Amino acid sequence: MTDSPRGNGRSLRESDPLLADRIVGTPEQQAAARPAVAAGWDEPADIEKAPATIPDLSEVEVPPALKAEIEAHMAKYPNVRSAALPSLEAAQRVHGWCSPEALRQVAAVMRVTPAYLSMLATFYDMLNTEPVGRHYVYVCTSVSCHLRNAQALAEAMKAAKQEGDDVNVREFECLGACDMAPMANVDGRFIGPIDPSEAPEVLAALREGRTPLPGRGLGDEGFRLPWEGES
Amino acid sequence: MAVQEVRVLLDNIDEPGLNHIDTYERLGGYQAMRKALTEMEPDEVLAALENSGLRGRGGAGFSMGKKASFLPKGSMDKYLCCNADESEPGTFKDRLLMQKNPHRLIEGIIIAAIAAGANKAFIYIRGEYVLQADVLDAAVREAYDKGYLGQNILGSRNDVDLVVHRGAGAYICGEETALLDSLEGKRGNPRLKPPFPANQGLYNGPTLINNVETLNNVPLVIAKGVDWFKQFGTEQSTGTKVVSVSGNVQRPGNYEIALGIPARDLVYGLAGGPPPGRKIKCWFPGGSSAPVLLEEDLDRPYSFEAMAEAGSMLGSGAIIVVDDSVPIVSVALRLAQFYRHESCGKCVPCREGTNWTVKMLERIDTGDATPMDLEIMAQVQTNIIGNCLCVLGDSMAMPIGSMIEKFRDEFVEHIERAREAKDRLSVELGTYAEPADAVA
Repeated sequence: MTDSPRGNGRSLRESDPLLADRIVGTPEQQAAARPAVAAGWDEPADIEKAPATIPDLSEVEVPPALKAEIEAHMAKYPNVRSAALPSLEAAQRVHGWCSPEALRQVAAVMRVTPAYLSMLATFYDMLNTEPVGRHYVYVCTSVSCHLRNAQALAEAMKAAKQEGDDVNVREFECLGACDMAPMANVDGRFIGPIDPSEAPEVLAALREGRTPLPGRGLGDEGFRLPWEGES
Repeated sequence: MAVQEVRVLLDNIDEPGLNHIDTYERLGGYQAMRKALTEMEPDEVLAALENSGLRGRGGAGFSMGKKASFLPKGSMDKYLCCNADESEPGTFKDRLLMQKNPHRLIEGIIIAAIAAGANKAFIYIRGEYVLQADVLDAAVREAYDKGYLGQNILGSRNDVDLVVHRGAGAYICGEETALLDSLEGKRGNPRLKPPFPANQGLYNGPTLINNVETLNNVPLVIAKGVDWFKQFGTEQSTGTKVVSVSGNVQRPGNYEIALGIPARDLVYGLAGGPPPGRKIKCWFPGGSSAPVLLEEDLDRPYSFEAMAEAGSMLGSGAIIVVDDSVPIVSVALRLAQFYRHESCGKCVPCREGTNWTVKMLERIDTGDATPMDLEIMAQVQTNIIGNCLCVLGDSMAMPIGSMIEKFRDEFVEHIERAREAKDRLSVELGTYAEPADAVA
């Protein structure tokens, strides 16, 4: 990734001059050609480092509420590993992202290795392995939303994000709300249809701790789509 | 056109407070569960489900009762998983059913679990459905408090435990074996079949996996009977279907219809058709994984068998309408990007094929492609189909393949026009030699 948010900050072209000769296309085309799931693939692993073992609970400080939640999840399943996803989600809520410290805490409570949790966190889209922001705005840009101008909404949301906003604005694959297209999932609340001109208002509301576009979210009191109730 | 919905699953959907157990019971809820527990043997329940002809509503359309009967008998731990990882682009029916009427799903799960002999049930709901998962959590608590879940339900010997499990954002977890892996706390990678989940599924135990809408039908079949259920739909596609209509229509939304009505009634009658002055270019009859059909195919009946006959599929029952203002290449590209992003990377044809397809479509759009790329792209699609552990790759290959087949002229024109634009751009920028036609 030419704009990889982590690592040494150098693009592949810079870090490997030999490889650079064989890369075709503009940097934008190269970036577009690589799936987002492969982020970090070009970073060398530190093979000198000893593999992390299961951290001891006495050495790791876990917030009591988080510990209780993880243990509650573990009690629900025949196999404790099933609790990994809900536990990571809980840790992410506390820490803002699946930081190495967050993984260590979950690992200590669940008695699994941090590597195992890292394996999961890198697979699932909703778990962040980078500190991208505590709030999220997922703009759906899959086929149905795409047909209703979702790309413009996504661009508007990205443009509305200001320096210092603790918000992860990203395009997301189908969120299952094609009737509300174009829509966005703002901290778990589905809002739609949204006009691109309303994007700054959504970001401003998140900044000020208000509910964005009240009454327009799925599940809000009296929520209706604009065309519902017509004959 | 006055087309009426047939509201069976959505009968009381606008009733305030339906998500609470008191309202649901006041409207006759949990009667089917009582009937199944007190008046019927598990085998009778199974037979009723099989005779009803109820087909899975998640995409494959397999007979629900038959699937449940595949589970071996015996007193081992058996599992039921409700697949609520609704991620197929265009589909949003389960979202509505879970949010408004969670107890019918729970009732369906209890009945199906008893019929299949399962004692542990899970609802795997996608992580993005925060609201719906909260509603389900509350509903499950209410059902436990009433004694409808847990040990010895209504004094019988049946135990059913139900856990709502939230996913974390992966389309592939809607594939049944990937769902099981994810539920076991692994990356969502599909498994090699056989063994099928009915024999060796969750935690290596026999597992029945059903879609939300399928399980929603179960209480209706039991409460009102097989004959009542079969009055809706066609011989091979019984019952009603909640169809999600989206894309370029005037009234996108969920509409419940009896299977077998003309698709035109759905798209034009209920969903209002394309915006004024627009014509339908193509439509997906069953989510984005279904091969596209043309305007004239709208006269076909909307049923499992008729859609298969047309060379497509009913899939999850989600119609996406594309009007004539949209270039087909942009639809294909958006589609391919989705599958590239969601491919889990386990099988090479899917992982590489989706990536190749995106790159080739991008080349078409930027003017770097030749008509030969179209042949290669079509070939890549045929090389994906049937060569992977699951159908995610096929789900891209089939619609893209059908688009190339049905809109070849437009693809060729797009290639030419993008190339011309690029040539002119290059001449202006002075980075390339002038093309022949520019000289003349």
